[in-house]
Formats: sequence, C-alpha cells, structure tokens
Amino acid sequence: MDLDLSDEQRMLVEQVRRFVRQEIDPLEADLDPDASELTAEDHERLVGITTGMGLYQMDVPEEFGGAGLDVMTRTLLAMEMSQHRAGLYAPCYGTFGSMGLAQLYDANDDQKERYLLPTLRGEKRGFFGLTEPSGGSDPARAIQTRAVKDGDEWVINGQKIFISGADRADFGLVFARTSPDKGRAGVTCFIVDTDMPGFHVRRIVHTLRSTHYATELQFEDLRVPAENILGRVDGGFAIANERLTRNRIPYAAACLGVAMRAQDMAVAYVKVRETFGDLLATRQTVQNMLIDNELDIRTARWLTLAAAHKADKGEAFRTEAAMAKIAATEAGGRVVDRAMQIHGGYGVTKDFPFERWFREMRIRRIGEGPNEIQRLIIARDLIGGAFH
Amino acid sequence: MSIRMEKPWQSLDATNAKKLLGQLGVYQISNDADEILYIGFAGGRSLFGLRGILQDELAKRGEGFRFRVEINQQYLSRWEELLKVHKADHNALPPENNDHRPRRIGQLSLS
Repeated sequence: MDLDLSDEQRMLVEQVRRFVRQEIDPLEADLDPDASELTAEDHERLVGITTGMGLYQMDVPEEFGGAGLDVMTRTLLAMEMSQHRAGLYAPCYGTFGSMGLAQLYDANDDQKERYLLPTLRGEKRGFFGLTEPSGGSDPARAIQTRAVKDGDEWVINGQKIFISGADRADFGLVFARTSPDKGRAGVTCFIVDTDMPGFHVRRIVHTLRSTHYATELQFEDLRVPAENILGRVDGGFAIANERLTRNRIPYAAACLGVAMRAQDMAVAYVKVRETFGDLLATRQTVQNMLIDNELDIRTARWLTLAAAHKADKGEAFRTEAAMAKIAATEAGGRVVDRAMQIHGGYGVTKDFPFERWFREMRIRRIGEGPNEIQRLIIARDLIGGAFH
Repeated sequence: MSIRMEKPWQSLDATNAKKLLGQLGVYQISNDADEILYIGFAGGRSLFGLRGILQDELAKRGEGFRFRVEINQQYLSRWEELLKVHKADHNALPPENNDHRPRRIGQLSLS
C-alpha cells in the first residue's frame, strides 16, 4: 500500500481541513456544546461553499451527481470532517450532503424514483431499522418483528430500538422476519412510509449522546405494499450485512479525526501551560501520554487506510474493516481520555470539546457492531467458521 | 423518567428562581390557565444553569407565570422529546416555541 497521498488527495484534504477550521470552528464557539444542527441560514451558506468545492454529496455515486471519490480519498476526508466538537456524529453538520441509505442504490427504478431521488434532492429522509430489543449483535437471529403476506400487502408487527432519525424520517428500511424457520435467510427488507397507520415512534432513547438520539419504534398491523420490498423476499440480511461492513471504514475514520484533533490540541496546550515553574511539555509523564496518543493514532490510521485500500481494489475487506473499527474506536477513546487528562480541570468542562468526544466516543465501541463481534468476525476469517 | 414532565408547577418569582441550582436541564413556562407557553433548556453555555435561565425568564416576563424544571444532562434530546409530546397532545408546539425549535420536530406516538 502506497502511503503517499496523491496531489489531488493532498489538495482535497487541505481544502476540507481549512473548511473545518475557518467555517465550522467559529460557528461552534456560539452553538450549544451538544448541538448537532446549524441554523438554516448557516447550513445553506456552507452548502454553497462545499458545492463550490465540488464536494457536496461526495458519497453519492457519480451517475447520481456525486464526486466519484474512491474509498481511500473518502476515508482521508472523513478524518478531516470530524475534527470539530460535533464531528463524531454530525461531521461538518451535514454540509457535505448525505448519500441517503446506501441500499437504495440497488432498489428498482420505481423505488429509486419514490425514495432515493427525493432523498438526494433533500426532500425526504430515511432511517435504517434493524436492531430490536431482543438483541443487536446478532440481528439475523434476534429479529422478531414479523411480516405476514396478506394479498398484495405485507402486515408488519413488532418493535425496533436504537433507531436514529426515525422520528424525523419520511420513510425507513425495516427488516422483518418473513420465514420464521430460516434464521438469517428468513429476513426481508421493507421500505416503510412513516405516515402509514400502524407506524409508531414510541419514545426517544436517551443516551450519553444528547443529540442525534435514538428512538424506539413499534409496528402495529402496519400494511406495506409488496412493491415496497427492497431486493427479494428473505434476502434482507445480505442487504443489512453489506451496509454494516461498508460503514465500518468511515466509522473508524471519524473516530480517528477526533483523536487527531484532540492530539493537536494537547500538543498545543503542553507548550503554553506551566506547572511548578515549567511547561507541561517538559514533563516526561506528559510526554509519554502524547507518545502513546501518537502510537494509537498512527496504528489505527494504518489499519483504517489498509481497509480502504482493499475496498478500492475490489477485494474482500471484512476482516480489515473489523480491525479498523476496533483499532480506531478503542484508540480514539484512549487518545481523548489522555488529552482530557493533559487539560486537567478544563478538560472536563463544556468549554472544551473533550467531554463531548469522551461521551460520544464511548458509544463507538458498541455502535455499528460491538467490538466483541468485530473480534468474532476476525477469528472466523482466521481460523474458519467451523470452530464457532 | 416519565415521558411527560411531572414536576410540580411553581410560581415564577424571585424567591423560587433563586432556590434553583445552577444545573443543566429543561423547563416549562405556563400561564395561570395551565397552558404551556414555552419549553426551554439550560444548556452548556448558560451562565448559571437553570437558575440563571429562570431568572432571565422572570426579568423578561415579570410575575404572573409558573414554571417547572427537570435537571437533565441530556437536555437537548429531552427538550426535543418534550416538544414532541406537546405536539402530540395539542397538535401544535407551545406558542413561544415557534421561533425557538429544532429545524424538524418529527413525530411521537403516545400510547
């Protein structure tokens, strides 16, 4: 793997870094420390800038008007876009656009017309409804939400939990069991409109993360037309699994961006903060924290870029994505923790971003497949599934 | 925690506002007819948390109103939840929240 960035990659990275420092940082000085959205005016102004940079809707495939970036470049940019207070869950407050739900790019033409294209135009929002109260780590077997065929419709009953954005969404992808005895081969993905009778957002699930909260959903005799099946009946798990694997690379990259910014801030701080008549930078215990941070960042960065590199080559990258996810989420937590320690009392105040990063980074070891499951994936690939 | 705020209403006056601690959280303001006029929060940038915010509310409104508070570190998601509950109950936001609200409120089905 070539570690040198191309001229284009270097230019894009510098552009996005400048955008974060010059446009996002100043706005965050006035926003609530837990905010995850800008005013409509600021959002529109910044979208104008990202559009001018040619990076608006960068995740969207080229044929739909996106920037057509490879995974490596996109990963490098993700590491820049998260380098601000809200960056972990609201990188640049969405001003680089959204690709929508990736699964919809494989939808049929009618579904694309009704759901994908309005999402890309910013007219509709979707949610991804997989996890249930019965478990999130083994979704294929834990799914108890049932869909039963009734004429040209399917009737869905069940519950989902930890579903982000469902309360504000116009539609969602809901995974339901259609063949009770088939395990992971008995799950189907339905496109569900949130204004249908029987669709209920029962509550907000309050967590460490104050914004971009999760919700709990209930479906009561929710009738979905057969044409709203995404893919084929009983083929839903592959759709879910594909997204989970692919998402782990940018998920890792966002953690790394926060860690890199925390380290930058820690390095700057030790050069100006004095204790007992000398700068923190001269204290070996503090230097060791910075060294450990750097080791954590570089190790996780290497693994994340290696996963992106394999994805770009079209090779299987499940193990690499799992390694990146483990390394970046765990390293990110350690780096933020040490940077907070270096900043002392200030580190735990809401005057600085560390406390938000600290809370949100903790979630990353659980979200998008807990790290224990990532280890299981790696073990399966190393020694074979027969031993599990 | 109940989805609705169930703390007792108190008169919005200097004595009651001064008793509040400087913690973060959410609050509601109502009139004498028990109509909720406004749902707000004391966030991470508030100078004296709920006490400061309610003292500001008193200075702005004068007496004749009531308030209740809930200490909550997750003040933003709780604030949005209370707005959704009010919208579900009344099919509208509190009148004074029309200019102070998230860009999209979303839905909540109360059972």
